[in-house]
Amino acid sequence: MYFGLSEDQIFFQDNVKKFLEDNAPLDAVKKITEGADLATKDELHQGLINLGINNILIPEENGGLGLDLLFASAVSQSLGEGIAALPFVGPYVIAPIAIKYGASDSQKEKLFNEMSQNLINCGVGFSEYFGSRDSSDLSISNNKITGRTLFVLDVDFASHVMLCDKKGQIGLVSLKSKGIEIIDLTTVDKTRTYKEMIFKDTPIEILDKTKTSTEAAEMALSAGRIVAAADSLGASQAMINKAVEYSKERKQFNRVIGSFQAVKHMCAEMTAELEPCYSLVWHAAHSFDDSHEDSKLMACLAKSHTSDVSKMVSKKATEVHGGMGFTDLLGLHFWFKRIGLNRHILGSPEIVREEAAKAQGL
Amino acid sequence: MNLNYGPEYEDFTKEVQKFCKEYSGVIITNKKGGALTSLSSITNSDKSDGAKVSRSEWQKILIKNGYFARSIPKEYGGFGGDIDIIKNRIIAAEFASNRIPPPMGGQGIDMLVPTLLELGTEEQKQKYIKPTLYGEMIWCQGYSEPNAGSDLASLQTKGELIDGNWVINGQKIWTSTAQYSQMMFCLVRTEPDAPKHAGISYLLIPMDTPGIEIRPLVDMTLNAGFNEVFFTDVTIPEGNIVGKRGEGWTVANATLGHERGSLTDPNATMNRLHMLIDRMKEETINGKKVIENPAYRDKLIQLQGKVMAFQSNSLRVLSAKLNKGQDVKIAGMIQKLIGTELRHELEGFCIDVMGELGTLFEGSPNIRDGGSWQFTYMYYLGLIIGGGTSQIQKNIISERGLGMPREPKTQQET
Repeated sequence: MYFGLSEDQIFFQDNVKKFLEDNAPLDAVKKITEGADLATKDELHQGLINLGINNILIPEENGGLGLDLLFASAVSQSLGEGIAALPFVGPYVIAPIAIKYGASDSQKEKLFNEMSQNLINCGVGFSEYFGSRDSSDLSISNNKITGRTLFVLDVDFASHVMLCDKKGQIGLVSLKSKGIEIIDLTTVDKTRTYKEMIFKDTPIEILDKTKTSTEAAEMALSAGRIVAAADSLGASQAMINKAVEYSKERKQFNRVIGSFQAVKHMCAEMTAELEPCYSLVWHAAHSFDDSHEDSKLMACLAKSHTSDVSKMVSKKATEVHGGMGFTDLLGLHFWFKRIGLNRHILGSPEIVREEAAKAQGL
Repeated sequence: MNLNYGPEYEDFTKEVQKFCKEYSGVIITNKKGGALTSLSSITNSDKSDGAKVSRSEWQKILIKNGYFARSIPKEYGGFGGDIDIIKNRIIAAEFASNRIPPPMGGQGIDMLVPTLLELGTEEQKQKYIKPTLYGEMIWCQGYSEPNAGSDLASLQTKGELIDGNWVINGQKIWTSTAQYSQMMFCLVRTEPDAPKHAGISYLLIPMDTPGIEIRPLVDMTLNAGFNEVFFTDVTIPEGNIVGKRGEGWTVANATLGHERGSLTDPNATMNRLHMLIDRMKEETINGKKVIENPAYRDKLIQLQGKVMAFQSNSLRVLSAKLNKGQDVKIAGMIQKLIGTELRHELEGFCIDVMGELGTLFEGSPNIRDGGSWQFTYMYYLGLIIGGGTSQIQKNIISERGLGMPREPKTQQET
């Protein structure tokens, strides 16, 4: 019996963390998010691809690494901790899982091979499936898609978008196709991109099995939720570390503020709530990899609970920093906003908890 | 990640399941002992068709089968097996899910026995461990005093060595089960001139010694869960000491860890969550089931997320005990804080689910589950405070876990 990350997982996770520390410090992230340094963004993306983050969930026989969701979650922690201004959950988690469970054998062969060589790269739009907002709607018929959807994720380097309609039918649209309008959405979190997309009779290749089954949509959504929760773990840990460090240096009343119980207890509360979230997220990822009957429920609990704890951490860690925490100078708000976006990516807590209730027949 | 215990444990699990089937619905007839025992009797009260055995007989049955005192040597009354955390966990999980009464807990078993095994003399081990395991010798803990709570090391109960006997004067408080106990393990200041932590000794006091007065302290659940204990020239033999003179703080700290670990059982919390869901399916508001009300249902799933996180965390802590080199330092430190706060919240939510019905108490008409939700809600507030308050836990997490500086000492302390 062993509960935790393996040596290989920790090694990969540390590599990604170190790569970001060395190549994407806060100043670099700021420039990228201001749109001032797109060349660096390209280099960083290529650097992470060289480490293999695009290939984690692609089978070995198609040129991938053939690893599992716990591995992807471990890596996601590092991306959150380092506020990586790069795509991950869409093209490298949701897309391969949707293909694994939804594609025909011939589709799988072709798509996995192209993805492993980074010849195709998918943004992902699943909002219609778990909760359309602003009356958005997509309709698919005769391999054509028409309509409008919001919050398409990770289109940064995309050649395609993977879309899921409200029935769980999933298809790929090439961004070279005619009849596509893309509108940039600006969220509080500038480290990730969201798009609004409008289609008119645009060609779409439907993943074969999703015509008759929602399994692929469910599995892809669960995988995305677990990995988004892992991103919040990393971002929350970074905020706690910064708060504790700051409290050991900053002096008031001739004492470091970290010696005041009011400050110490905030740090203890953040830690005491976050530690069990690691266990929960890893447990959920393991259930997913094991195809356990509770994996949907576990994914929902991991996503909603980690979202709540991370929200608390993002507030308290900012407070420990006092006025400086509120400034752009320190840049703490990048983590605060990352956590704020993760909370709603692939389903806000209330929506996800309602799914959790249904998943266990309540 | 590998959550299988391995094939060698499958047979063991079956063996435990067979035992649970055999003793399904067993009733323990005398309920003397720690407050934790009376709590478990409440949560196990819904079956009444089983065999009746006395507490002591039950302890012996469990030891004979290796389901209690597994790793304690036979010569001291234990089962004499190897230390096997997984087997202990399987036993606890099967007992909990089959609602088999767990072995008696309490301070003698959970705290004194491990202390004697580690630091007691051979004579002390021979004399005290077996009757304690059998539930025939009940112990109480004499630690806290009116002016020594969270700052336990400032305790002032005095012990003087006069003519080969310890003569003890002073007062203890929050002493659970003192009225049922034959013995007390007690922290006493024996070296008044030494620094505060170095002046304490760990003494074993027979409760029938002249000069001991016990006054019950009724708690908010209206049980006399605690007592005040007064000592006036209480005289005991010089040999009733564990460790050397002045080493009592070290001896006591060896066992405080045992208490904190035993206050929060994730299996029991998961069982209570299932009972909460049952209650939500049964209770109605204007004829509609509570479970169908989205506000209550959302709150339930919030709690379920916390309970799952707590249970997963316990698995991680267990894993670190089994796998050398796995470091989960902070994950282990938080269990008392999180476990007691969570249980209190869960019990309180079920009261909310029942609304006015949830306030019924003491055998009132229409009461649900014997009033156990109110009782446990209050009982866990006691556990949040006892065994190191939540605030002390936060000090420990921040100072030992996060390396934050201690509160500067006042002039008087330095």
